[in-house]
Amino acid sequence: MSAPDPKDEIIEHMQALRAFAISLTRNSATADDMVQDTVEKAWTNIDKFQAGTNMRAWLFTILRNTYYSSRRRAKREVADPEGSFTATLSEKPAHDGRLQMADFRTAFAQLPDEQREVLILVGASGFSYEEAADMCGIAIGTVKSRVNRGRARLAELMKLDENEPLELTDAHTIAVVANGNAAA
Amino acid sequence: MARTGHSSKSSDLIDDSLKQVYQEALEEQLPDRFTDLIAKLREKDNVTQKTDKDA
Repeated sequence: MSAPDPKDEIIEHMQALRAFAISLTRNSATADDMVQDTVEKAWTNIDKFQAGTNMRAWLFTILRNTYYSSRRRAKREVADPEGSFTATLSEKPAHDGRLQMADFRTAFAQLPDEQREVLILVGASGFSYEEAADMCGIAIGTVKSRVNRGRARLAELMKLDENEPLELTDAHTIAVVANGNAAA
Repeated sequence: MARTGHSSKSSDLIDDSLKQVYQEALEEQLPDRFTDLIAKLREKDNVTQKTDKDA
């Protein structure tokens, strides 16, 4: 019986690869371009994949490297490409009584890519700190630090810090929203 | 450092939201362009293999 073709394994991970790309780029079209680049690179460099190692980690690593290369290129070509994106997200503050997904998405989009990346790898994709460190080419301590800073920033943006109750009064919420509208 | 009840609750909310965001992306159907891409890559492999055999 012949050994399974690792190229077939690439196909099995494409759904997860795209989910990671969407989480990282926050844009389906960009994510799809990243996935296409990644699959083409992986396919043509399959001889560099070490049998028995984690294919998903290998693919995620190629994707993140592709993403950061393209981001560096884009930054050279366009000034502050993410500033305008972030500006469109500064809407109603995220504290209308309970955590809602729309609020989370808004807060999540405001994190630096490096924090969003490790949060998805460790917090949602099931990779260990060590695996995430290998994939990102950084120390485990740096992964932990980014995860902690990302969580803290999310809690701050969503007003979930421990010194503030989860449920704010309606008056407080209304006042903050009203101030935001007045400033706009 | 022990988490307070409140920060632990916040942390759980963040964890659940992270998983949900990823899960929703995971459940999206792959666009057709990827089926086409794999077909093209396989076709390219076949052409390369045939060329190698003929050589």
